[in-house]
Amino acid sequence: MTTSEQSRTIAIVSAGLSQPSSTRLLADRLADAAVRELEDLGHPVRVENIELRDLAHPVVDAMLTGFATGDLARAQEAVTGADGVIAVTPVFTSSFSGLFKSFWDILDPDALSGMPVLLGATGGTARHSLALEYAVRPLFTYLHADTVPTSVFAATDDWAASAADTGAGLPRRIERAGRELARRAAQRQDDGPADPFASTPSFTELLGGS
Amino acid sequence: MQFGIFSVSDVTSDPTTGRVPDDAERVRSMLTIARHADEAGLDVFATGEHHNPPFVASSPTTMLGYLAGVTKNITLSTATTLITTNDPVRLAEEYAMLQVISDGRMDLMMGRGNTGPVYPWFGQDIRNGIPLAVENYALLRRLWTEDVVDWEGKFRTPLQGFTSTPRPLDGVAPFVWHGSIRSPEIAEQAAYYGDGFLHNNIFWPMHHTRQMVRFYRQRYEHHGHGRADQAIVGLGGQAFMRKRSQDAWNEFRPYFDNAPVYGHGPSMEDFTQQTPLTVGSPQQVIDRYASFVEDVGYYQRQLFLVDHAGLPLKTVLEQIDLLAGEVVPELRKIVEAKRPAEDVPLNPPTHAERVAAAAASGEAGATHVGDATDPYTGTVAEGGRPNDPTHVTQEARA
Repeated sequence: MTTSEQSRTIAIVSAGLSQPSSTRLLADRLADAAVRELEDLGHPVRVENIELRDLAHPVVDAMLTGFATGDLARAQEAVTGADGVIAVTPVFTSSFSGLFKSFWDILDPDALSGMPVLLGATGGTARHSLALEYAVRPLFTYLHADTVPTSVFAATDDWAASAADTGAGLPRRIERAGRELARRAAQRQDDGPADPFASTPSFTELLGGS
Repeated sequence: MQFGIFSVSDVTSDPTTGRVPDDAERVRSMLTIARHADEAGLDVFATGEHHNPPFVASSPTTMLGYLAGVTKNITLSTATTLITTNDPVRLAEEYAMLQVISDGRMDLMMGRGNTGPVYPWFGQDIRNGIPLAVENYALLRRLWTEDVVDWEGKFRTPLQGFTSTPRPLDGVAPFVWHGSIRSPEIAEQAAYYGDGFLHNNIFWPMHHTRQMVRFYRQRYEHHGHGRADQAIVGLGGQAFMRKRSQDAWNEFRPYFDNAPVYGHGPSMEDFTQQTPLTVGSPQQVIDRYASFVEDVGYYQRQLFLVDHAGLPLKTVLEQIDLLAGEVVPELRKIVEAKRPAEDVPLNPPTHAERVAAAAASGEAGATHVGDATDPYTGTVAEGGRPNDPTHVTQEARA
């Protein structure tokens, strides 16, 4: 196996809006954990950062026109071609942010099929933490993604808490989640995105099937 | 290369005045637009087919039949004829009738239609879109090429000894295009039959169009109709022009910003970069459209959408004048010089060329079937007698 065959790509999709953003901070920590584990497993890692804030207008345009161009098209290709995805959203009004949802809405519905995905969310208090399980996880289940068992929620308090206060909760969850993603990404056989032209049946088959 | 216009027949409020034409005015505008395009020297007028507001073009052959009588040179076509929800028997009859009335100055383009609710209005199901397009078109072709058809399929009642009339003009079916934006299956269908393929790319980036056309060309060659570069290709297009580029931008912007399809979305600056929409001077339109042969190879038909988004009739007619007067002569010269070989068709086949080809290969069908007696009632057509020797078919003479 050559190095390029062993290398893995992790795409981070972060829907934080502020600068700096705690959503992005969580996404980076999750990526660090996944990269460490992948490197321990012998895989060089490339990380693609996708900040949805920068793509907000193109996302709405694509929703209206039906096609993506420019940076948004490149972001979609990065996600589709990755070996693992880290998707992190702020919790807005009890669920994922609208921008976060819109990004997945305009992606090809088959693009995440079998894709290892690590879910993360941020919010003001821990009361929002189950949004990951009742809103974010079903979205990715619907898309046939291979979501890792551990999802990570970070409230404002988690960033300030000492290891003693939290029982090392957040860092430990980040480590575990990153490891789960890395192991799946390491095993992934990436066939690349499906080619609609290659899978088009010949017309004799189409005629026979009608 | 042929240059023409196509209309989706939308009734849209003019965003600069708030004025909305009624349905009758919009239909009459389309007739005026088509006649004007003929007088200005454009090659093609194609009407859409829609069965729901805000569109008025529900009956293409009625419209095109009238236009056949009042125009001289322009080829009358569709963009598109719904092969999914129309009964292929009616399509065979109506378009053969149009072919006769227009004396062969027509062709048509099959499309699936993308409005889900239309399917049940005509007793069909959108989930069968592709199978309907496949089965219906296979039957339509048989109805045109075979005099007496026995047929059984999935989507309509069987036919026993059925003859569609009038028989195609000179025994040769109209030329057919297939239009599709996203479905490789339709490009495959066009390639299989050696028909034309038009990619209506007006809302799509060129890299997508390029893939679809390349696939159609490869499959055309695979199915043995000629080389890939000899396949018959058409593209959609969209432009708004004034002599001065800035005038075009200022005038078109409110129509763009409020257009039904892309309005309130991307900026006109972005959209003109991402899609074939070109707003500017006639020279800018020439430059942009002259580049498309680099993307898809030499192609035979370029259609422009000019009468949408609430543009007033007067403006549309001015656009046709600019297109026919300033863009087409120069653009044609540039792109035709890029035709890769003499045996790559310059234009889509005309009726006369198809008749000559059919005669050469012995494939022309009958121009009349049966004698003058109605086989179901035994009655005799007016002016004829059973087995009247003056009613022999072309087939019988041959």
